[in-house]
This record gives sequence, structure tokens and C-alpha cells, in this order.
Amino acid sequence: MGQEPVETKWVGKRIVRPDGVDKVTGRANFGADMNLPGMLEAKILRSPHAHARIKKIDTSKAEALKGVHAVVTGADFPELKAASVDGGEAQVNLKDLGENLMARDKALYDGHAVAAVAATSASIANDALDLIEVEYELLPHVIDVEAAMKDDAPLLHDDMFTSGVEPQPKKPSNIAARMEFGAGDTAKGFAEADVIVERTFRTAATHQGYIEPHAAVAEWTEDGQSRIWCSSQGHFAIRSMTTALLDMEEAELRVMPAEIGGGFGGKTTIYLEPVALLLSKKSGRPIRIVMSREEVFRGSGPTSGSVVKTKIGATNDGKITAGEVELKYEAGAYAGSPAMPGCMTAFACYDIENAKVVGYDVVSNRPKCAAYRAPGAPMTAFAVESVLDEISEKIKMDPVELRMKNAAKEGTRALYGAKFKQIGFEETLKAAKDHPHYSAPLGPNQGRGIACGFWFNIGGESTANINVNPDGSVTVVSPNPDIGGSRASMVLMAAEVLGIDPEKIRITIGDTASIGYSGLTGGSRVTFAVGMAVVEAAKDVVKQLCERAAKIWEVDFEGVEWRDGAAHPASTNVGDFDPLTLGDLAAQAGKLGGTVVGASSINARGAGPGFGTHICDVEVDKETGRVDVVRYTAIQDAGKAVHPSYVEGQMQGGVAQGVGWALNEEYIYNDDGQLENPGFLDYRVPVTSDMPMIDTVIVEVPNPFHPYGVRGVGEVPIVPPLAAVANAVSHAVEKRMEQLPISPPRLLSIIDG
Amino acid sequence: MSKIHVTTSVNGEEVEYLCEAQQTMLDVLRDELGLTGTKEGCSTGDCGACSVIVDGDVVCSCLMLGAEAEGRNVETIEGLAAPDHLHPVQKQFLEHAALQCGFCTPGFLVAAKALLDRNQNPTETEIRYWLAGNLCRCTGYDKIVRAVQDAAAEMRGA
Ligand code: FES
Ligand code: FES
Repeated sequence: MGQEPVETKWVGKRIVRPDGVDKVTGRANFGADMNLPGMLEAKILRSPHAHARIKKIDTSKAEALKGVHAVVTGADFPELKAASVDGGEAQVNLKDLGENLMARDKALYDGHAVAAVAATSASIANDALDLIEVEYELLPHVIDVEAAMKDDAPLLHDDMFTSGVEPQPKKPSNIAARMEFGAGDTAKGFAEADVIVERTFRTAATHQGYIEPHAAVAEWTEDGQSRIWCSSQGHFAIRSMTTALLDMEEAELRVMPAEIGGGFGGKTTIYLEPVALLLSKKSGRPIRIVMSREEVFRGSGPTSGSVVKTKIGATNDGKITAGEVELKYEAGAYAGSPAMPGCMTAFACYDIENAKVVGYDVVSNRPKCAAYRAPGAPMTAFAVESVLDEISEKIKMDPVELRMKNAAKEGTRALYGAKFKQIGFEETLKAAKDHPHYSAPLGPNQGRGIACGFWFNIGGESTANINVNPDGSVTVVSPNPDIGGSRASMVLMAAEVLGIDPEKIRITIGDTASIGYSGLTGGSRVTFAVGMAVVEAAKDVVKQLCERAAKIWEVDFEGVEWRDGAAHPASTNVGDFDPLTLGDLAAQAGKLGGTVVGASSINARGAGPGFGTHICDVEVDKETGRVDVVRYTAIQDAGKAVHPSYVEGQMQGGVAQGVGWALNEEYIYNDDGQLENPGFLDYRVPVTSDMPMIDTVIVEVPNPFHPYGVRGVGEVPIVPPLAAVANAVSHAVEKRMEQLPISPPRLLSIIDG
Repeated sequence: MSKIHVTTSVNGEEVEYLCEAQQTMLDVLRDELGLTGTKEGCSTGDCGACSVIVDGDVVCSCLMLGAEAEGRNVETIEGLAAPDHLHPVQKQFLEHAALQCGFCTPGFLVAAKALLDRNQNPTETEIRYWLAGNLCRCTGYDKIVRAVQDAAAEMRGA
């Protein structure tokens, strides 16, 4: 028996977001907008070399420049300990984090920070960078993931011994980890197959591409009350990481959440905050550091480039008998690519008896990768969904039909271990088949591709406070930065429980001293998990209000029921009392025991997995190799769309990023290991004229673990587009696309054979 | 280095400032005049987050020098709304949820306003090409284009 959708009054309404007017008038304050009296500007010196030993850094000339107040290098930081620290979503290796923040013995990539200067103006700070003398001893470097895995590859870390291999190798290598899991017997499964397709797919490293560069303002105080203002996906995680690296207690640092101009995973870590705080300590002045766009590309995390070998077998009637994936992901300079989620998601859409996945996490002389929307999943989906497309061609079966026959459903045990509860994958496939787009005729040189995608979604530690004001209006305090309209969702859910108009509710994002710890804005968790905390806090408010009504009426608590924003007698037996509204009760709060404050702190479990199916039409210009996306439909199970416009927005935004990944975006390195395209001119993300309208269909199969059935939605929509676009191009040119991006020169050479 | 004295009009009001010869209009707006609604996404003319209107034309303020504003008429996001009501394009952005993080939004609104000032009946293609210099990484542009279409309709009185 499936869980039925919950009837709601406010949840599901398209209200104007509470922070909307601030954001359309330019009033909203983002990371770089903060300004403190006496504030200095800081700049970071970055290695121009892909791999070099730092023999000596002489900062004396820079320090002597008029206007310079402080210079720091790796030597100014406390010694790095081998420990792990809370990164908001996962534990982070403190030593790697610190070395990536500011190089110590070696610079490991073009763009690796080696020193920082604070001065009275940005231009003086920049001039001072030129005066810092760094003596480098150049070392051989390696960029490509497969080259980095070779026996004789230049080594980045002489203490890296591959984990996950028994016995652990005694010789160091660039392979940080190997992982493997599976089910059944793939040899037997392939023996049962009528058709087997095996191919190797490659994707380039791509950047999250948020339009706001990283920015932080820090003010050190000698009495243990330092402050940081920054745009991040989680100011609590910024606090944990910064205090761990600077040997401080968490209570000694207060982190204020600025508005955040996009993150997509890339603002879950630290690049600037400890540097700014240390410069502030040294100079005695507040410090602002704002990255340039070039620094964002060279110094902050892209996602992994990948090589994914995939082999899938199926019978002529469309049953998948076996599947294998072997993936190699670039981690950048330090261990920690999303190889594991890549492995875990590879076959998650399907119920496959015999399957095996093997993954390698590989370091090379690139910036340390950071999370990027559904980390690791788009690359394996590209491979698996491309191979399935080819199988459907070979067995002459409709590609949606093939997926339908093998779709994961309630009760399916995913290869990574979870047994799915109520999920909506089949519903998305059905909606795709029924959509007019799926059967619309194609023009000349056009092709259609479909592809599916999965993401786990997470819950986790979440808090919320709700203050009832004396006049009956309400303030919600949320602990999580709002990147895409989550304030609106929180207000809708609070309004639903309190039974009052969302107009009566205001919301603010609390800093680390104003509300209890909460995990990151990441993992598609905020509307689900923090939303649950808001619901709990609102229920707490309702409970207290009902208690007070019971007191006034001199009846039992059970005799009071909350409806439409007021306490009512639960039945006529209780007595004949006029309802007491939230406003009535708030006005008498002082007499009844003080202000009503609702609070909750939960560890939200039961995040419902999300699935999507996308349909993409492209038109190929066979003369130039240019691909235009001419029609696109994204279908996704959202469980329950709290604010449908922002759910659609997540789907459309994910599609655009995926289209960029498929067609244009890539990190390009020269022979010296320097990034050749660190700017939006040469690293070209899709612009308005590159995209068509993006049609969306929200499917709602409720998540039984959420009071309104919510599932996370932010990450799923970037999983299918790589394959949806590639499959469409493959059909348009009748050749299989194995490598992204499908840029014009690459496609031309494929067309020309 | 001596600074340059500039007299100009910003959002209809005469302002004077001193700027360095190499200082961009974007830096002047943000750092000298405290108008931080105009954003910096790249400083190389590639993202449009810094869009302002100068004498009726959309300009990347990161590519213009502060000194060049002498005697000109500069409009920024802060001047788009009247004290008691939003510009139709601001209103439609809110109605359509045409912003997620909102960082690109000031640039889009300024560029869209300049389009609507000269053409209140743009086609979808005209809107898409007019806004092609503004990057948005969050929305996929769909809702932005629709918001501009509806703002145009509102301004036509349709
Ligand atoms: S900041 Fe001016 S175009 Fe990007
Ligand atoms: S709304 Fe975030 S970049 Fe456009």
C-alpha cells in the first residue's frame, strides 16, 4: 500500500519568496558586499606551476610596500594534524584541507595558494603579490587520470598507499583508493544475454560555475569573539573547518551567513576564511578577500574528469542480465573524488541481478575537486544510459520500454545496499512516454535522446526556531543558507502547521551563535530535513498555544484542538468557548508564562531517493559540428513540491548545467600543466540564446518519511542530461558519442570519421 | 597618484566622486558610492552581473572606467524601482520565480529594462539574444525569459 498524498492548504502554493524584493532591488548582501570600518583588502598568490617544491618564500619586499599590513604563508598556520573534521556532510581530512588552503612543502597544481597579502587597497595587495619571491624547484607533473595511474607516473604524495586493496601496497602511487562491490554472478549473467554492449566513456572536468566568486570578510578579536561573514553552503561547516585549522574553539568564532550566489556543492569547503582570519589577527584590522573569476577556476573545486568503462548484457526481450562498470575519477591534488557515489549510483535506477562496479579515486596535478550537484552520478549515468540506448537500438525496443522493464521499484534492493521504499521512477518513465514531446516528429538533422538519473538525497542534523511575536506575527529562524528559495518552502510549511497566512510569517537565517548546529545546504536536504525541523518547531508552538488555551478555558489539554490558526474546543463536550487565535494567545503571552518559542533539533532520517527521466531533441549542423538543443523535457519525482516554481527551477537549472557539461564545458591544460581557459570567455557555460524553454513535469509519489511527502529535488536533474544530449546527438549523426564535451571540432571529426 | 574628480548622474541624482585613473565604474559604484547591488562575477565583460545603463545603453560596468562617467547618465539596479512600486520586470521576476540565488538578477533586470525601454514587444528570440551577455547558472533561463515576456505584456497594457 502506497502512502497517499497529504491534503494541504499552503504547501504547494507559489508564493513570492520572502527574500524576493531584497534580491530584485539589489539590497541583498552577498559575500563581497560586506564592508567594515578600517577593512583591508587581501589577495592570494598562487602557484604558476603544476607541481613544484617550494624551497623558499621571501616576503620582505612585499611587507615593505607602503599600504601593506600583513603577509601570511603556510608557515604562519598552526601545524597540521592528522585528524578529520566535520565538513557538514562528511568528515574531511584536516591535513589535506589545510595544505589545499595554503601550500606547505609543495605546490600541487597551477593555482595552488602559496601566500596572501593584506593591504589598504586591492591594487596595492596585487602589487605586493608581485614582490613575493618564491623559489620553486620544478617537478614532473601529471594531469590525465589514466596517466596518473601508471607505474612510472610522477608521484604527488609519497605517503599515498592505495586503500581498499588487500594487502595494501607498500609502494606509493597516485591511486588513493580502489573500491568494488556487486551482486550475483556477472559471468553467468553475460552468458544469458542475447546482446552485449561494451564501451569506454570519457568526461572532462567541469566547474560548478556559480556566478558569485568566493568571498569572505573576517575580523579577529583578541577576546575569543572573532567573526566571519561569508557566502557558503553551510556556515556551521565553515566554523568547524576554520577553527580546526586555526586551533580555536568553535565558540570563539561566529560565522554570519551572507546571501550566496550559487554553490552547487562548490561552496561546501573553505578556500579563504582561515586565511582572512589569520591576516586579520596579524594586521589587527578586518580583512576582505574576494576571488577573481580566474582564481575561482584555478583554485576552487571543479568536479572530476572521468573514464568509465561499461558493459551491459540483455536478452532480446529487454531484460538486463548483467552489468559492469569500472570508473576512474580525478580527485585533483588530494584524495576524495566522488568515485564512491559514482559507483553507488551507476545502476541505481535498475533492478539488475548480476552486477559489479569498480572505482578508482586518483590524484593528479589539478585543483582538488569539490562537490558538484549529485557528485559522481552524472558521469556513470552518461555511460550506463548511453549503453542502454545502444541496447535498445540493437534489440529494436523503445528505449523507455527497455527501462520500464528493468526499473527499480518499491522493494528493489539497490546494488549499493538500500532497499527502496516507495519511489517514483516508473511514474517518471510513464510520464515521459505519455508526454507529447516523446512522440513529436523530428526535423532533418535532428535526434532525440532519453536518459534517466538517480540521487540518494540526504537528511541529517537540522534545527529550527519559531518565535511568536506579541502581535501574533511569527518569525522563523532557519540555520541553513537559502540558495534557491528555501525560505519560501520553510514559510509554507510553518504556515501549514500554524494554520496562518504565510504573509504573517517572516524568516531569517540564523548565524552560528543564534541557532543550533545544522548540516550543509547540500545533498538536496534542506526542504526535506530542515523543513522537517521547521514542522517540528511549529508543532511545538501549536502545543504550547493549546496548553495555554486549555489553561484559560480550564479544561484538559486533550480538550483543545488547533485548527485554522486558532485553538478550538475539540468537541462540544469540552464546553462552549470562542476560538482563541494565535494573535489572542500571543497578546496574553506575558500572563500565560512568557513568550511562545518553538524549537526543534532533529536528525532527519528517511530522505526519499529521487529519480528523473529526461527527453532531449538536438539539431546538428553537419558543416560546423554545432549542436543546438531544440526541445527539452525534464520529468522528476519530487514527492511533494512545496513550492512548485522552485522545484521546476531546480529541474531547469540542472538541465542547463548538464547541457553545458555535455556540449561545451571542459578544463583545458597545456603541456606545462597550466589551465588554459580560466574565464567565462573560454570556459563557455550555456547562455540564454543557447537554450530552449525547458518543459518540466513534476511527478508526486510521496516520501512516506516526510509529513508532506517531500523528497530532495536539487541534484537529480543534473544526472540525466549528459546522456540525454549524447543519445540525441548519436541518433542525429548515427554514431555513438563516447566523449564529452561534444564540442564542434570533436563532433566534426566524428562525423568525418 | 592624484585622483580624478568626476561629476555624473546616478539614478537621476547628481553625484561627485574621486576615483583613481584605473578604477572601474563597477568599483566606483560598489566601493566609493556604496551601491553594492551591481555585482562582480568576472571583471572581464563575460558575465553581465555588473550591467548598468549608461545614456540608455547596457554597459558592463567592469569594462568602463569610473572616470568615463563624467557628464553621463548612469542607471543601476538601485534605481529601478520607484519608492512605492517595483518595475514590472522586477515584479514579474518575483511572480515567475525567475531567480534562485539572485546573484545574476540585478544584471538581468537592468539589461531587461533597457530592452523594454526600446522594445515593448520583443520576440522570445530577441529576448534570448538581448540577454545572451548575462550568465545565470541557476535557472536555465526559462523563467527569466517568461518573466521578461510578461513584463513586456504588462508594459504594453496587454
Ligand atoms: S563582472 Fe562585468 S561582465 Fe562579469
Ligand atoms: S539565479 Fe543564480 S546565477 Fe542566476
